[in-house]
Amino acid sequence: MPMYQYDTHDQAMVDARVAEFSDQVARRLAGTLSEEQFRPLRLKNGLYLQLHAYMLRVAIPYGTLNSRQMHMLGDIADKYDRGYGHFTTRQNIQYNWIKLEDTPAILADLASVGMHAIQTSGNCIRNTTADHFAGAAADEVADPRPYAELLRQWSTFHPEFDYLPRKFKVAIIGSDTDRAAMRLHDIGIQVVKNDAGETGLKVYVGGGMGRTPMIAPVIREFLPPLQMISYLEACLRVYNRYGRRDNKYKARIKILVHEIGADEYRRQVEEEFAHILTLGLEPPPAELERIKGFFADPAFDTQSADTIDRSDPDFALWVDQNVHAHKAPGHAIVTVSLKPAGGIPGDASADQIRLLADLARDYSFDELRVTHAQNIVLPHVRKADLYAIWQKLDAAGLANANLDLIGDIIACPGLDYCSLANARSIPVAQKISERFADPARQAEIGELKLKISGCINACGHHHAGHIGILGVDRKGTENYQLLLGGSEGADTSLGTIVGPGFSEDGIVDAVEKATQVYLDRREDGERFLDTYRRLGVAPFKEAIYG
Amino acid sequence: MADTLLRFRDDAASTAPVVSLASLHDAGGNATAVRIEPGEDARLLLPLLDRLELVEVSFPAYTDGRGYSAARILREYGYAGELRAVGDVLVDQLSHYRRCGFDAFLPNQPITREAAEKAFATWPEVYQRTVDGRTPIWAARHG
Ligand code: SF4
Repeated sequence: MPMYQYDTHDQAMVDARVAEFSDQVARRLAGTLSEEQFRPLRLKNGLYLQLHAYMLRVAIPYGTLNSRQMHMLGDIADKYDRGYGHFTTRQNIQYNWIKLEDTPAILADLASVGMHAIQTSGNCIRNTTADHFAGAAADEVADPRPYAELLRQWSTFHPEFDYLPRKFKVAIIGSDTDRAAMRLHDIGIQVVKNDAGETGLKVYVGGGMGRTPMIAPVIREFLPPLQMISYLEACLRVYNRYGRRDNKYKARIKILVHEIGADEYRRQVEEEFAHILTLGLEPPPAELERIKGFFADPAFDTQSADTIDRSDPDFALWVDQNVHAHKAPGHAIVTVSLKPAGGIPGDASADQIRLLADLARDYSFDELRVTHAQNIVLPHVRKADLYAIWQKLDAAGLANANLDLIGDIIACPGLDYCSLANARSIPVAQKISERFADPARQAEIGELKLKISGCINACGHHHAGHIGILGVDRKGTENYQLLLGGSEGADTSLGTIVGPGFSEDGIVDAVEKATQVYLDRREDGERFLDTYRRLGVAPFKEAIYG
Repeated sequence: MADTLLRFRDDAASTAPVVSLASLHDAGGNATAVRIEPGEDARLLLPLLDRLELVEVSFPAYTDGRGYSAARILREYGYAGELRAVGDVLVDQLSHYRRCGFDAFLPNQPITREAAEKAFATWPEVYQRTVDGRTPIWAARHG
């Protein structure tokens, strides 16, 4: 099975955390810890107090999990929540209706399958995210997950970086195609090969979304992989010492890099790096090799048919939209869309979660991925099995053939759950996906990434949407701004606000008008984003406000 | 104040007056105890490490983590004297302080020695090599 397995060391760390947190919850329930004292402790375990209940955010390191773990996520949804889990843009899962007294039991259940909620909140190094097609994509240079696992271990309970100026997110990819919005992270790493064929890491620092979105500049062109930990120690130490702490909204590393400049930041990091290299902080080559061993290719059936029977048209539509090329002949990558028309983006019922676990066990070498677009991937599927998989998905309401189409909306929890929200995100997503429910219409419009955030914190990545929607508070009522032209891939760009905001229904109409401009004006082979880039904002503005 | 000081060193506590970083070079330049604030550069102390016997690192708020880096830098460059965390120092952070090289604590709210020792033992093992001499898991794995 191509997945990292805990050894006794890893398990001991997670078990220690469960014991510690159980003690803290007991002290809170007994009243010896006040909510004020308890708050920083629960946040270290991903437990937030939301508008109506506690929310628990569970880490899914680099978005990879096996069928047992997925099964457990379904069982937890049944046992401790209202039968649902919510997959997030951070490749994690959140439960929105959790009771405090249940949390020690939930963490113990998670620990029994090698999972946890460590560092899923707080101003520390958060769960590392990665390309959700890692180890499967046809265009991959190297699997980024061994590095992501090294990062997971290094960042877990890191004593120096537990109270950074602000939260800190690392994303890592191993292809030229960026499927992880890598340059919109505090640190983005791309595994590359140089002209001599050696593997190295290209390091970007200082990207991010939020109220000041920035695309990360390159800080290191080629880092030897066995210096990664030392280099990141240097990157983080410079940030910990000099990142701004006077203003929460200027505290992310992007502001530091922007204010002192990439060159000066790089100079400081290199100076610190030279010192840190003398300290022997780097795990030995044997450790990287040990981890790589877990991610070796599974035993692909290379005799399997490399063709797909497309005689069922609904199936063919789904294959065209939701199936990607795999590196092994006879295989394919399936993305299961959690975006039914009128549904809550990223939500899955306990039964659906368990079905996905079973499909992974039976058809995908026991492996699943969570994508930052809030969908689920079965990474290693035989083409010969696609039809059987599709039928099972269809029966469970999971065969939505809308990947990367307008119905495949990213939305944050918004005002339905989140205490920071200015506006609801979910109803807007539901209305848009209903408006565009016709699969033929979605296919006609083609690739269109629509992203919704309920406030300026941008958890719904609205800056990076071809169409972005930002909820704001306008004199006490919910109002929605429309952004156009964002993108998160190799051609990362930030969307711009088109004009005055809209009501909930008004924003749905505005989206429809924008897509109509595209359909009327597009040239051969252009996607929505290409047409927008060619024409600029003017014709869209005119159609929407004219 | 003395009764809230927790020391995990065998030598006697310094009795020298603690001066600020700014006044370290005044007073004839022979002060042996200094206090640094979160925004101050611990590296300025590096030329004086042999002379110093007490460095206090101030934590006005536990959420300001700059002192962790300050401590680790001093230890990485060989400082062997007392390294004392002072201020909003909480029991749930003690194991991290210890890993960064602190060996004395002067918390605003008293912490018992027993609670501190329990806190140090929070993690059976550690993933990183720092300045506390603990064996990281990767080293245990590979002998
Ligand atoms: S973007 Fe705002 S409303 Fe949405 S989840 Fe983030 S903080 Fe909450």
